[in-house]
Amino acid sequence: MSIARTDNATLFAEGTVSTLRLIVYLATAVGLMVLDHRGSYLELLRHTGSAVVEPVYRIAAFPADVARATRAAVATQDRLASENRELREQLLLAQARLNRLDTLVAQNARLKGLLDAQKNLGLTVQFAHLIDVDPDPFRHRIVLDVGANQGVGVGQPVIDAHGVMGQIVEALPNTAVAMLITDPTHAIPVVVERTGLRTIAHGSGAIDRLELPNIPMSADVKVGDKLLTSGLGGRFPAGFPVGEIRSVKNDSSGMFNAAIARPSAALDRSGEVLLLRDQPQPYGPPAPSAEFGPPAALATSAARDKPEPTP
Amino acid sequence: MSRSRAQGWLFGGSLAVAFVLQLMPLPLQLSPLKPYWIALVLIYWAIELPERVGLGFAFLLGAAGDVLTGELLGEQALRLVVLTFIVLRFRARLRFFPVWQQSVAVLGLLLNDRVVTLMVHGFSGEAMPPAAFWLAPLIGMLMWPFVFLLFDDLRTRLRASD
Repeated sequence: MSIARTDNATLFAEGTVSTLRLIVYLATAVGLMVLDHRGSYLELLRHTGSAVVEPVYRIAAFPADVARATRAAVATQDRLASENRELREQLLLAQARLNRLDTLVAQNARLKGLLDAQKNLGLTVQFAHLIDVDPDPFRHRIVLDVGANQGVGVGQPVIDAHGVMGQIVEALPNTAVAMLITDPTHAIPVVVERTGLRTIAHGSGAIDRLELPNIPMSADVKVGDKLLTSGLGGRFPAGFPVGEIRSVKNDSSGMFNAAIARPSAALDRSGEVLLLRDQPQPYGPPAPSAEFGPPAALATSAARDKPEPTP
Repeated sequence: MSRSRAQGWLFGGSLAVAFVLQLMPLPLQLSPLKPYWIALVLIYWAIELPERVGLGFAFLLGAAGDVLTGELLGEQALRLVVLTFIVLRFRARLRFFPVWQQSVAVLGLLLNDRVVTLMVHGFSGEAMPPAAFWLAPLIGMLMWPFVFLLFDDLRTRLRASD
């Protein structure tokens, strides 16, 4: 239909496809892209078409799942045994840490209770598996097997056992897409653990590199320094490990230092991740607590029989 | 009747497989080498069945690819329309090229596709991709003879079984 019947008349027939149609289609495509760039309708479309999109993702991930299962099935006993031993050791260590953490949590709760803290930030997380699909090898995105129906929302931080992995950028009904912290368009506010220096870690496009440009020359940053989330910006809660400084150099302008960091999270290896359910600490100073200090009733001495606010 | 139906199945099936292959994960080091399967299959059908594969079809296919792979809506549509246009324009010659010459033509098409991608990314304000970005067309070229021979063989069998 798109091709004229005269096509087989001459070998070098001109105008078998009309240039006008090409221009119309190109203009349509460009128009779509501009519209999508402004309003991101694609997300909407994917949301609507998720009944079709999601099965395709699962089919595409199937061979990798089978390969992994096969590898696990044929792994030698020796390796399994050593892996088992290692895991046991790690479990012990983790349990020891957990126990210590438990006491800390208990102590913390007690102190917070003493301080009459208004709300207690517990760590509620959601477990998710990776669906092994990379929509684009040049963007660092991962697809998770939980979605809006499981309560996942855009902006939720994604972590693994070692540190921050990224954040949800798109929530389909039963899958979600997360952007990794190494994506070239991602940036995360961090703080250097040793000195408290605040800066921003940008994704580099390489899975094992974060870039920290624009560090003042006078700032104290050394190789081996650990980076934590600073909690500024209100997206990631404070205190999660992000990476470790690997090198510090002058940048090309010579006015600043630029550091390279290695992400703490196993970005290219993690098969299971955790989604933080918490609201991060609200941006800015905490709201003044009205019930702290002497009750208002005492100050005004108007209503002395008013019961004291419970802690 | 049954032959054209089988042809239709082959046509649709090959495109579906191309989509799945496009989404299929590869080890991290290999993923930049993933050829643009959808384009390879589309080139084959544009050469062999031009009455089915027009610019409109390429556009719809690209839009479907965009919905699946989640880049900018219209990006792949644009890329595939450009690709199909060139293939259809030179179809009469491409058809009678020997396979190695076709492979070189496919390399040219895929490199052109990369340039178009780069332009789109540039306009939407993204960073320059790494050097590995340019490797995928080479792999696509190496894959072409296999794609071509496989489909040709399948179609010959369909014809013979009729």
